[in-house]
Amino acid sequence: MNVRMSSDRPLVKMQSIVKSFSGFKANDSISFELFSGEVHALLGENGAGKTTLMNILSGLYIPDGGNLSVNDIEQDFSSPRDAIHAGIGMVHQHFMLVPSQTVWENMILGLSEVPQFLPKKKIQSRIREISEHYGLSVDPHARIWQLSIGEQQRVAILKMLFRDAGVLILDEPTAVLTPQETVKLFLTVRQMKSEGKGIIFISHKLDEVMDLSDRVTVLRKGKNVGTVKTGEVTKEKLAEMMVGTKVSFSVSKQKLSPGRPLLSAEKMKVINDRGLCAVNDISLEIKENEILGIAGIAGNGQTELCEALVGLRNLKSGSIRLGNKILTKASPKTFISAGIRYIPADRKGTGLIPNMDVNENSILKRYWQVPVSRGITINWKIVFEFAKTIVEKFHVDTPSMLTPVRNLSGGNLQKLMLGRELSDTPAVIVAVHPTWGLDVAATNFVRKVLLKERERGAGILLVSEDLDELLSLSDRLAVIHKGQFMGILNEPSGVSAESIGMMMAGTKLDPENEVCA
Amino acid sequence: MLDILVPILSAAVRSGTPILYATLGEILTEKSGVMNLGLEGLMLMGAFTGFSVTFSTGSPWLGILAAFIVGALLTTVHAFLCITMGANQVVSGLALTMIGTGASSLLGRSYIGETIDGLEKFTVPILGRIPFLGDILFSHDAMVYISYILVFLLWWFFSMTREGLNLRAIGDSPRTADSVGLNVKRVRYIYTLIGGGIVAVGGAYMSVAYTKMWGDLMTAGRGWIAVALVIFAIWHPLRAAFGAYLFGGVEASQLRLQAAGTTIPTPLLLMLPYVLTIIVLVIISVRKGKGLLFGAPASLGQPFYREERE
Repeated sequence: MNVRMSSDRPLVKMQSIVKSFSGFKANDSISFELFSGEVHALLGENGAGKTTLMNILSGLYIPDGGNLSVNDIEQDFSSPRDAIHAGIGMVHQHFMLVPSQTVWENMILGLSEVPQFLPKKKIQSRIREISEHYGLSVDPHARIWQLSIGEQQRVAILKMLFRDAGVLILDEPTAVLTPQETVKLFLTVRQMKSEGKGIIFISHKLDEVMDLSDRVTVLRKGKNVGTVKTGEVTKEKLAEMMVGTKVSFSVSKQKLSPGRPLLSAEKMKVINDRGLCAVNDISLEIKENEILGIAGIAGNGQTELCEALVGLRNLKSGSIRLGNKILTKASPKTFISAGIRYIPADRKGTGLIPNMDVNENSILKRYWQVPVSRGITINWKIVFEFAKTIVEKFHVDTPSMLTPVRNLSGGNLQKLMLGRELSDTPAVIVAVHPTWGLDVAATNFVRKVLLKERERGAGILLVSEDLDELLSLSDRLAVIHKGQFMGILNEPSGVSAESIGMMMAGTKLDPENEVCA
Repeated sequence: MLDILVPILSAAVRSGTPILYATLGEILTEKSGVMNLGLEGLMLMGAFTGFSVTFSTGSPWLGILAAFIVGALLTTVHAFLCITMGANQVVSGLALTMIGTGASSLLGRSYIGETIDGLEKFTVPILGRIPFLGDILFSHDAMVYISYILVFLLWWFFSMTREGLNLRAIGDSPRTADSVGLNVKRVRYIYTLIGGGIVAVGGAYMSVAYTKMWGDLMTAGRGWIAVALVIFAIWHPLRAAFGAYLFGGVEASQLRLQAAGTTIPTPLLLMLPYVLTIIVLVIISVRKGKGLLFGAPASLGQPFYREERE
């Protein structure tokens, strides 16, 4: 598809946009242009300001400064209604859909031109028309909560097309899709583009940006680093623009042969919150001096698997043991006492208590143990010392030890949690997205810590959406799809990303290559 | 048999009507995502206002209108605290109950012992001549007939209209509603105030039509029964009517049972609404676990701010 700018005037023009959140500049004088018939990628790391900028364009956030015009008309959006009127439609990362309502009800939500007495038949046939035109098949009568994530995304896109949006903002649309669903999505995007719509594609996946976009704007720490034509740039160059320096993703990993098995789970079946089978017959073993990576698209049972392995979720069937100690049906406290530690993905939910201070959070997994506990009271003197060693050893940057941890940044939260979990040489560590949302320095720190634990002798289960991270850290790599392992790779670094992608989409590994430990 | 049943059912409708108004008002409020636990206070203020205005003007309709206005005005305090300030809705609602209870007691002292003519009964033409049903449903006063209309009006509004769809979306997922340009706070204000007004009309029915007098604390916990009934009805107007008449029936038959000299203690019968509510709560949570959603507004009780970063 060639770059075709149907007019020399931009569809959207944003100039020197500034937006701060409690002192932190999420957007620092960013300028951005979108033409009709263009796919413009917005690239940047987590926290670079992509979503904030787009929330301003879609009227959700009101900027602190800067100008915005759509179709040459100066705009001053004070609410999403204004942005919708100007023809801007955003498909949010967490879809803006009402789960309890049907597809067709979601389509017309908030539209003032729909008659007060709802003409269901007409609305439904219009939905079918648009969905056929763009190849986005969906049942208008289905309720949102019954749909898969991919289907929900289709509804979210349709909703914007139903509103005749001329500008579509897609916020990391492929994060939740299989490679096959991604291909279909890209077809739809190309069709919208050929009809003269302007599409903003937010992503941090370089391959997709190279494949789909006409131009790329790179953001870093709230600033526009540059806008380039996709045809005139390489992946490496874009990566460099994203992180600021030439990146070396390689981490020095000592060669170690795994020791005796630590945690073994057999034929695990686990039910998710909706009552569906999330983990279906998984067996695994984590050994000393080993990192077992788990790759897969979000929502394929990773969360449930990890929660089961740390005792937070009951097994429907199957068994878990650590050495000779049977942990099936044991309480989370027994798992902790046995030496199993958990680095959950939601740091402020499962990991730490946001309103409690650094001291209090540091003893969440040992408040009942001597010497922290003194009968029914807590020995705060010991707690203060203990928390201090964590803060020093793990470089947690906190204003004071009495600061509620909700005020710490993502990286410091993660360091505090790592410090707490790793302070007493655990046998097994289950880490979920440990570097998600962290800057490069913090990411490297976390990875180094995990490798150090591996050298010490811990067995680590690592769940990540970052394939590069998994490939460079894991000794073995399991790929999960719909709650089942598609295979466990013993030499993950020797396997191509394509074949892992196939496994993530549900293809089983060839039996002859499969080595189940 | 029918000679006994028809008067009891007819009385059930009459004594269920104040509870029905309160339940419908609260359903309307809660559908927008705001919880108002001030029902008992609103009903008392409605009962007092309805009585005092009727007493001084001679017009029960002016009394009911005034009750609606006072109910809506009093709810403004709750709406401001919960919607604009994001205060705890439970605490604010309980405060409203206390204010309403205290204020109605204080203001109503001089009206104790007075009586009014109140709302006249009339039999609906044609419908009133249907055997049995006519006596049970269509030989009351106009406010009973208006409550029938309100039940169907709300059901139609929630399920068939654009505005009703928007309202449900705001109660279920305010972020989604906001993203499509709906004004979450304004809509919440509107329906919280209208709902509060309807609740107060339920109270006014007590004094203007049911007893035709003012008595201190005369609603006697009906506001709390309505809070429970909202859940019992799972936020559905038709089920609300069923529930309200059920409890109206309990009340009506309890008087007759006492007259007939039964040994069932009254407090036991008065506990019934809450026992039923607990059963419904159990059923709801069991079905929620299976992924079956009900009419419960998902964001009930949670304030909404737009510029919140997750």
